[in-house]
Amino acid sequence: MNLLTVSGSPHIHEDNSVKKVMYGVVYALIPAMLVSVYFFGFDAVRVLLISVAACLLFEWLIQKYLIKGPATINDGSALITGILLAFNVPSNLPIWIIIVGAFVAIGIAKMSFGGLGKNPFNPALVGRVFLLISFPVQMTSWPVPKPLFSSVVTDAITGPTPLGILKDGLRDGEKISDIMTQIPSYLQQLVGDIGGSLGEVSAIALLIGGLYLLLRKIITWQIPVAYLGSVIIFTGILWLANPEQFVNPLFHLITGGLMLGVFFMATDMVSSPMSSKGQIIFGLGCGIITVVIRIWGAYPEGVSFAILIMNALTPLLNNSFKPKRFGEIVKIDHK
Amino acid sequence: MKTFELGGVHPAENKISENKAIEVLPIPKQVQIPVAQNLGAPSVPIVNKGDEVKVGQLIAKGEAFISSNVHSSVSGKVLKIDNVNDQSGYKKPAIFINVAGDEWEENIDRSDTLIKDITASKDEIIKKVHKLGIVGLGGAAFPSHVKLMVPKGKKAEALIINGVECEPYLTADHRVMLEKADELLVGTKILMKALGVEKGFIGIENNKPDAIEHLSKLSKEYKGIEVYPLKVKYPQGGEKQLIKALTNREVPSGKLPIEVGCVVQNVGTALAVYEAVQKNKPLFERVVTITGKAVKNPSNFLVRIGTPISELIEASGGTPDKTSKIVGGGPMMGKALVTPDAPIVKGSSGVLLFDEKESKRVEEKACIRCAGCIKVCPMGLEPVLISQLTKLEMYEEAEKNNIMDCIECGSCQYTCPSGKPLLDYIRLGKFKVGQIIRNRGKK
Repeated sequence: MNLLTVSGSPHIHEDNSVKKVMYGVVYALIPAMLVSVYFFGFDAVRVLLISVAACLLFEWLIQKYLIKGPATINDGSALITGILLAFNVPSNLPIWIIIVGAFVAIGIAKMSFGGLGKNPFNPALVGRVFLLISFPVQMTSWPVPKPLFSSVVTDAITGPTPLGILKDGLRDGEKISDIMTQIPSYLQQLVGDIGGSLGEVSAIALLIGGLYLLLRKIITWQIPVAYLGSVIIFTGILWLANPEQFVNPLFHLITGGLMLGVFFMATDMVSSPMSSKGQIIFGLGCGIITVVIRIWGAYPEGVSFAILIMNALTPLLNNSFKPKRFGEIVKIDHK
Repeated sequence: MKTFELGGVHPAENKISENKAIEVLPIPKQVQIPVAQNLGAPSVPIVNKGDEVKVGQLIAKGEAFISSNVHSSVSGKVLKIDNVNDQSGYKKPAIFINVAGDEWEENIDRSDTLIKDITASKDEIIKKVHKLGIVGLGGAAFPSHVKLMVPKGKKAEALIINGVECEPYLTADHRVMLEKADELLVGTKILMKALGVEKGFIGIENNKPDAIEHLSKLSKEYKGIEVYPLKVKYPQGGEKQLIKALTNREVPSGKLPIEVGCVVQNVGTALAVYEAVQKNKPLFERVVTITGKAVKNPSNFLVRIGTPISELIEASGGTPDKTSKIVGGGPMMGKALVTPDAPIVKGSSGVLLFDEKESKRVEEKACIRCAGCIKVCPMGLEPVLISQLTKLEMYEEAEKNNIMDCIECGSCQYTCPSGKPLLDYIRLGKFKVGQIIRNRGKK
């Protein structure tokens, strides 16, 4: 008999690990990745590869030479950041800008706080917002999708996103019904045949990935439901009040980065609250801020800012909304 | 199907020994009977070196209110009273007895006849349960008579018999329910009489359909006893979780089950109560599961208290080659033993043998704040937070975050993808906070 191992209970462990969780998210991103390659072709592959490689490289360098800890690049977390960063930029973004984005995401937003699990903000979103503010022209010239193997030849190389068309139209005093004629059909928006960042174009592909995450229990329903619900209700009220000035909720749901944000970035474990009550408030906050920015803000899209603002509130939400306790002594009101 | 509400996990059940009938383990050459086998004050030995003892003879007396008598499990000669490494790994005093023959105290009824009539009065029952050393056999070994004495101002409404056996691997309670069903039911009636309650609920998890069917059928003859199947979910065998599952009542934080009118006893305890009250038999033997994936003959043995665990291992086919952890109890809450010679005590429900791979913990990684531990906590705590507060020695904060509510079920650590030793820290934190609370009382 070997020497006996003595350790505290429990003596068994669920077949679960950080790596499994992270690669689960990577699998969930595959449908959207395939759609992006289909519509944006080789450019999508280029952006994805450079973003992922740069994120992994920065994580490896910082972990090895600055933090001087054990290698962490195979835990899947930097891989996700790389994919998400790529998903959040146009497919024609110059290589060096992608690398800058990866450096900000991994170097500043993640590793400077100590690495995995310690970053208060979602790294990919920090990278994206940094690029958006620093390189507004490059970050908002959206290539028009050119499906692989398609014979359709379009003259336009770049064009605005549906949300951009809407914002410009409203600014020029046009009515919603007129603006909608310039916007791709709902079917095109669902499958992803619209201008936009690499990974955000196909609502369907993102929804499939989101459902996979829910089924695998990697994410819980609270944040997605609260986020989507508050967007639907908020935009629904405005739309019912004045359908000529406010676009319908369905449009808001399937355009822009909402689906990507809802399922893959707002639900980021590290930067979102832990109790289910906190998660619901977090989702509601994300939804409300997104709609406020989309309708009244300067930017056509508000998902990134909304999630980052709510990330900042996460510690507060963790402190304020505790899980439901067993046997909590409820104060009885004797009135 | 009923179950508790908050949290819970479902580890692989691995009930390898569930179809093995209870076998009597041969009496060893020597037993070492620890004098402190119950929660509360240790008992005081009343025998000396060289004394001849019989099976069932009182050898250590529990004098405090929360303490219990200890009886000899064998006949023979007291060799010495000395320290022994018990299952917790600490040295504790034990009475060493060299076995000679198997001579029982005359007043113990050794026949198999079922005695259904309960002639003892309420007070006589409690007295016998106390005198004959009955403690909770589920693992915590809380003296049973204390639970039967309902404090003034409180009222017992229902007795709950715990046949959940939610720990993976363990099958001792399962076998008792199948093989000693009538005795167990009479024991339940005795406990109901002692408490003055009309209702007795037996909760059994749905992975034991044979036990549910058997007890449901037999319990028709016993007025007031009802059997409830429960959805399989760990830690349903926890007192508070079981009460919640069966009655939908929540025991308030820091209070005992009697607060919501319930008293919980394990099936093994109900059997021991039957034997004590109807047969005059003190608690000196119990059913213990010996199991593990590499064990040749996983078994359920009827074992005399004080038998070294190594004897059970031998009887189950010897130590498998790569064994590198021996767990006393279940895999979720049991203790890893420092030596296979530790004796079986009243609270021993099983022995598990793990190979090298099973013995190792997973590598620790950074916390990814997935909140998995919060989701599975059956007490609604934040294990990640209270373990971190303990690590930072912020005990007052840990107390405010209800660390003392933790039942140490281990669900958080079991599920943590980062392999964090959450319960290690929480256990330490509970100990420290406990000290702080006691010191506060002294001031």
